[in-house]
Amino acid sequence: MQHDEVIWQVIRHKHCSYMAKIETGIFCRNQYNVTGICNRSSCPLANSRYATIRDHDGVFYLYMKTIERAHMPKNLWERIKLPRNYEQALEMIDKHLLYWPKLLQHKVKQRLTKMTQMRIRMRKLALKTREVIIPTPRRDIKREQRREVKAEKAALLDKAIETELLTRLKTGIYNDIYNYPESLFNKILDDGKKIVNEVEEEDKEVGVIEYVEGDDDELEEEMEDMEDFSGFPSKESYLEDSDEEDEDDAEEQVVIHKKGRALKKSDDNGKSKKKSRVVVEVEEEDGGTRALKSLKL
Amino acid sequence: MGFKRKKGDGDGEEMESDGRGKPSFNGGGQRHVILPSMIKNKDKRSKVYAKQKHEKKLEKQKKIRERDAAEKRALELGEEPPQKQIPKTIENTRESDETVCRPDDEELFADIDADEFNPVLRREVTPKILITTCRFNSTRGPAFISELLSVIPNSHYQKRGTYDLKKIVEYATKKDFTSLIVVHTNRREPDALLIIGLPNGPTAHFKLSNLVLRKDIKNHGNPTSHEPELVLNNFTTRLGNRVGRFFQSLFPPDPNFRGRRVVTFHNQRDFIFFRHHRYIFDTKEIKPSDKGKDGVAQERVKPRLQECGPRFTLKLVTLQHGTFDTKGGEFEWVHKPEMDTSRRRFFL
Repeated sequence: MQHDEVIWQVIRHKHCSYMAKIETGIFCRNQYNVTGICNRSSCPLANSRYATIRDHDGVFYLYMKTIERAHMPKNLWERIKLPRNYEQALEMIDKHLLYWPKLLQHKVKQRLTKMTQMRIRMRKLALKTREVIIPTPRRDIKREQRREVKAEKAALLDKAIETELLTRLKTGIYNDIYNYPESLFNKILDDGKKIVNEVEEEDKEVGVIEYVEGDDDELEEEMEDMEDFSGFPSKESYLEDSDEEDEDDAEEQVVIHKKGRALKKSDDNGKSKKKSRVVVEVEEEDGGTRALKSLKL
Repeated sequence: MGFKRKKGDGDGEEMESDGRGKPSFNGGGQRHVILPSMIKNKDKRSKVYAKQKHEKKLEKQKKIRERDAAEKRALELGEEPPQKQIPKTIENTRESDETVCRPDDEELFADIDADEFNPVLRREVTPKILITTCRFNSTRGPAFISELLSVIPNSHYQKRGTYDLKKIVEYATKKDFTSLIVVHTNRREPDALLIIGLPNGPTAHFKLSNLVLRKDIKNHGNPTSHEPELVLNNFTTRLGNRVGRFFQSLFPPDPNFRGRRVVTFHNQRDFIFFRHHRYIFDTKEIKPSDKGKDGVAQERVKPRLQECGPRFTLKLVTLQHGTFDTKGGEFEWVHKPEMDTSRRRFFL
């Protein structure tokens, strides 16, 4: 007995597991559905004579079901492999669905067309390279960030770079480079004459005994604490020597301490006395060097 | 549970000095240490725990005091102070890796000779870099790329069309580039760096993080166009060596020391920190130290650094032999999450 109508009434008005209602329409999730819409004429359960096209690994099969086999669910669906050629597949469909209702034939052919187009497109895309997004669990991302911060702290980058540069300097690859100390460069720029004079004077006074009062005038004035006394300038490097003293001379003329006294003490752990000065307002002949001076501190 | 487990039952074999049960089960003569977790009463348990903690603290303080006293005594007597203990760091306790390069490894030298970077590093070819992006560019991408262009000499930028990466590799090889750098973007931030050596060099994929552009660095300097010096720190293993040479092949092999530019790739715990500085050597007087050494004021040379250029961190994700080919390529090293399980194991 044909009871498609009863089945349809029950399914549609009571409950069908394959039905999916979304805002754009009512769809059927059944794999054998031709159109994909939940309809009286498209429901594979409510039609005893039905046909679909399904796709297995890129090969299309025509599935048919007839009333005669309705009582044998195992052999219900008849499957025919369709040729790869689109026209030949169409002909084959025509042959098999010859005396079937026009609507079904039409829908089956439409489905074949759509699936062929999709197959072409998927194959084209598979040839192209596409970016694959690989998600990482948040736990891993956080862990990496934490480890990076700790690694950065452990790295002591500035120190490492400085030691590396120092070792390179010691091996002597920079030897032919004029790597001048900045202070000397400044001095030469400002008062080249003064250096020349100094040189001449000292040459004259070699060997002559002189009694000089308050020899360490400059040193005493700047030196508030015994702690800050960094020792007498050594005679090792002549240039550096005259360089330091001259600079003190120039600075001494116009230096303005801010609140320097109290601040001067404890963190002077062996740095030069110039470093201990907090503010240096230096009025010198050449205003342009002021910028360089501020860099120094 | 139907029954209470008798204390000490089944644990009889594993009697350690931190005894498990009540004192009666411990061997005679050992100190009776009660694990607080055995006590069910919360009040009593917390008291016992606090007391144990306090005792431990006192012990530690005593040890420190003894050590200091011993040191002081030794100094006063003029003897050598006792050896200072070296604190354990992750670098100290790193798992020993058999792939660490040894200075006399012949296999290493042979590998280096047969390397892909040899033509560049032997000054036969000057490096020429092509920089491009992924298909979508980001907010900070162009700024980062312009800074990269200033850091790496002889580098060029080209916009990415919708070309396949493999096509771009072919194009670059035809135009005689030695390396191709692809700056990859994720969420509007440069996220990854893909460095491909050409013509058939390895492909390294790095994760990029912590990018700071030049304008965001305080007191930054402006780099010149002299060839920079390279500093590659801590690339110890064979893999690290290879990556280090890869970075080396991006830069011209003859640095111009007059330019006083230094580019640093510092590897710490598998993170490669990139820094770009200008340096100068300063001589400074230092006070004589009062530890009994010579009393003459010494002058020391100290380098001073001024940071210029971008600052970022790289982490190697994959290293592939040959040019970019994810499907068919041979991967020399791939990072897998299971490699992260040990905190003391590093690969670079």
